[in-house]
Amino acid sequence: MDQQAQSDELSTRRRSLLRSTAIQTLLAFGALIVMLVAFSVASPYFLQFDNITGILLATTVNGVLALGVTFVIITGGIDLSIGTVMTLSAVMTGVFVTNWELPVSLGVAAGLATGTAAGLVNGFLIAKLKVPPFIATLGMLNVAKGLALVISDLRPIYFTDTPSFNEMAMGSALGAVIPGFEIPNLVLCLFGAAVLASLVLKKTILGRYTFALGSNEEATRLSGVNVDAWKIIVYAVSGLFAGLAGVLIAARLDSAQPSLGLGYELDAIAAAVIGGTSLSGGEGTILGTVIGAFVISILTNGLRILSVPQEWQTVVTGSIVILAVYLDIVRRRRQEQA
Amino acid sequence: MRTRSFLSVVAVASLLAIARPAAGQTYIPVISKGFQHQFWQAVKMGAEKAAKDLKVRITFEGPENESQVDKQLEMLQAALAKKPQAICLAALDSKAVIPLLRKAQAAKIPVVGFDSGVDSDIPVATAATDNIAAAGFAADKMAQLIGGQGEVAAVVHDQTSRTGIDRRDGFLKRMKSKYPKIKVVDVQYGGGDHLKSTDLAKAIIQGHPNLKGIFGANEGSAIGVLNAVKELRKQGKIVVIGYDAGKQQKDAVRKGIMAGAVSQDPVGIGYKCVETAVKAIKGEKVPKTIDTGFKWYDKSNVDAAAMKPLLYD
Repeated sequence: MDQQAQSDELSTRRRSLLRSTAIQTLLAFGALIVMLVAFSVASPYFLQFDNITGILLATTVNGVLALGVTFVIITGGIDLSIGTVMTLSAVMTGVFVTNWELPVSLGVAAGLATGTAAGLVNGFLIAKLKVPPFIATLGMLNVAKGLALVISDLRPIYFTDTPSFNEMAMGSALGAVIPGFEIPNLVLCLFGAAVLASLVLKKTILGRYTFALGSNEEATRLSGVNVDAWKIIVYAVSGLFAGLAGVLIAARLDSAQPSLGLGYELDAIAAAVIGGTSLSGGEGTILGTVIGAFVISILTNGLRILSVPQEWQTVVTGSIVILAVYLDIVRRRRQEQA
Repeated sequence: MRTRSFLSVVAVASLLAIARPAAGQTYIPVISKGFQHQFWQAVKMGAEKAAKDLKVRITFEGPENESQVDKQLEMLQAALAKKPQAICLAALDSKAVIPLLRKAQAAKIPVVGFDSGVDSDIPVATAATDNIAAAGFAADKMAQLIGGQGEVAAVVHDQTSRTGIDRRDGFLKRMKSKYPKIKVVDVQYGGGDHLKSTDLAKAIIQGHPNLKGIFGANEGSAIGVLNAVKELRKQGKIVVIGYDAGKQQKDAVRKGIMAGAVSQDPVGIGYKCVETAVKAIKGEKVPKTIDTGFKWYDKSNVDAAAMKPLLYD
C-alpha cells in the first residue's frame, strides 16, 4: 500500500469516526442544555451573571487539563501526571517570579516549559523505553508531586509582591471593550487554548497522527510514520497544557500551593470521557471535551447552589461519568451491528 | 547486572546511614497528621525546639493528607518497632489507632496525644486546642459583627476528621443555642483545597443573596472564602471569619477583607507534646488534657508582638 492510499484510508476511517463522535458530543451538549434549564428553574440565582462567570472560572483549570489529556487519550494512552505536573509548573512559576524576582512573562514561560519537560519525559518513557502509559505517568505523578514539595520547601509561594500577575488573570479585557461583560481573562485563556487545540487536532499533521496512533498504531508504523517521535510530542502537548493550567491556577489563587493537585487528573479525564473521547483510542473531539468539562462544573455548581449535601454531589458526578461511558458503549455496539 | 547490584547496595547503605539512630539518647518519634501544611510545619518547629531544650532526639513525620489513616498506622507501627522511650501522636482517626496504642501500652511506651485525642484512655496526656470552644468563639464574633441576625454559612475542610467535626459543630451549636435569629443556611466541605473551596464558596454566595457572613474552618477553607468574596466584589458586604494563620489570611485581616480569625497555637502544641512526653518518661505526673488555647486576631492585633509566635506565615 503506498502512502497516499494509506492516508486516504486513514482519513475515510477518521471521517466515519468523526461522525460517530459527533453523536456523543451532541448527547453531552444535550445533557448540558437539560442541566442549564433544570438548574435555572430550580434556583433563581443559577443564571445570574456572577454565577455564570463563577462556572466559567471553575471550568478553566480542569478544562485546560482536559484539553491536553484528550490528545493522549485519542492515541489510546493515558496521562495521570497532569494534576501534579500542573502543581509543579505553578511552583516553578512562583520560583521565577517571587523567589528570583524575574518578570512575570519569564515565570509564565518557566511554568509552560516545566509542564512540557515533564510531558517529554513521559513520552520518552512510553515511546522509547516501552513503559506502559499508566505506569510511566503514575510514576511522573509522584515525581512531580515530590519535586513540587521539595522546590517550594513545603511552603506556598505567594505572588502578592507581583500584583500584576493576579490582576492580569482576574481582570477583564472583554469588560473594557463591552461594559458590563466582565468575563475574567483567565476564562479567555481556556477558550483560546481550546480553539488552538481544536485547530491542531483537526488541521495539522500532529492531529492526523494522533488519531492514526489511536486507531491502528502498527499500520501507522508500517506506513513509515515515526511513531515514537509523534508519541513523545503528544505527551509533550499534554504536559504543555498541564503547565498552562499551572500558570492559570497560580494566577487565580495568587499563590502556588504545593500540596494541591492530586485528583485533578481524574476530573480532567472524566471531562474528556463525558465529551465522547474513547478510552480505547482513535476517537475524540476538543469541542466534546470542553462540553464535558462544563457538564462537570455546571453539575457541581448547580448542586451547590441548591445546597445538596456534598456527599451526594460526588455520587451524582460519578454516576454521570458511568452513564456517559455506557451510552458510548451502546452507541458503538449499534454501529458495529449496522 | 553488576552495576545494578552495586547501585542497590549504595542505596541501601545510604538509607541506613540516614536512618541510624543515635545511641543512648532519648528518642521520641512525633507522628503528625501531615507535614505539607504550614500549620504542621509550625507544630514541627515547636517540637524541635522542645527537643533541643530538653536534649532529646525526635523525628517528625506524617502522611501526605489528612485522609490517609492507613499510612499513619504504618508510620505508628514502624515507630513502635524502633522501641522508642515515648511516642507523640496526632491521630487521624480516633479509633483506628487503638490496637497499636494497646501494643505501646504493653511495651510500656507512654503515648502523648496532640492536636486531637483518641477514643481511649491509653494516652497519658493530650495537648490540643479546644476546637469546639474556638469555633464557638468564632460564632460569637460572627453574631456580634452581623448584628445578631441574618443568614450565615460555613466552609469546612471535611466532614469526617475530628477537627472538621468539632469546628463545624462548635460553630453550629453556638449559633443555635445563643442566636436564634441567625440562620446557618449552608455548610459545605472543600477538603481544605484552595481552588475547590473558592468555587464552592462562590456557589454558596450566589445561592444565598442575603448572606451576611461566612466562616472558613481551616486555612484552605478560609482562603477559599476570601477568594470568593474578592472575585464577587463583596468585600465589606460579607463578614469573613477564618481559622489559623498564613500570609494570605494575615494580609486579608490587615486590609479588613477578613474580619478576623481564630488562631491556635501550633508551636505551643508541638512544644507541649514533646515536653509532656519527656515528663512521662521520667515518671512525673502529667495532666490528662492540656488545653493549648486559642486567640482571636483582627486588624487591631494582627501585628502585635504577643501574637507573633502564634501566627505563622
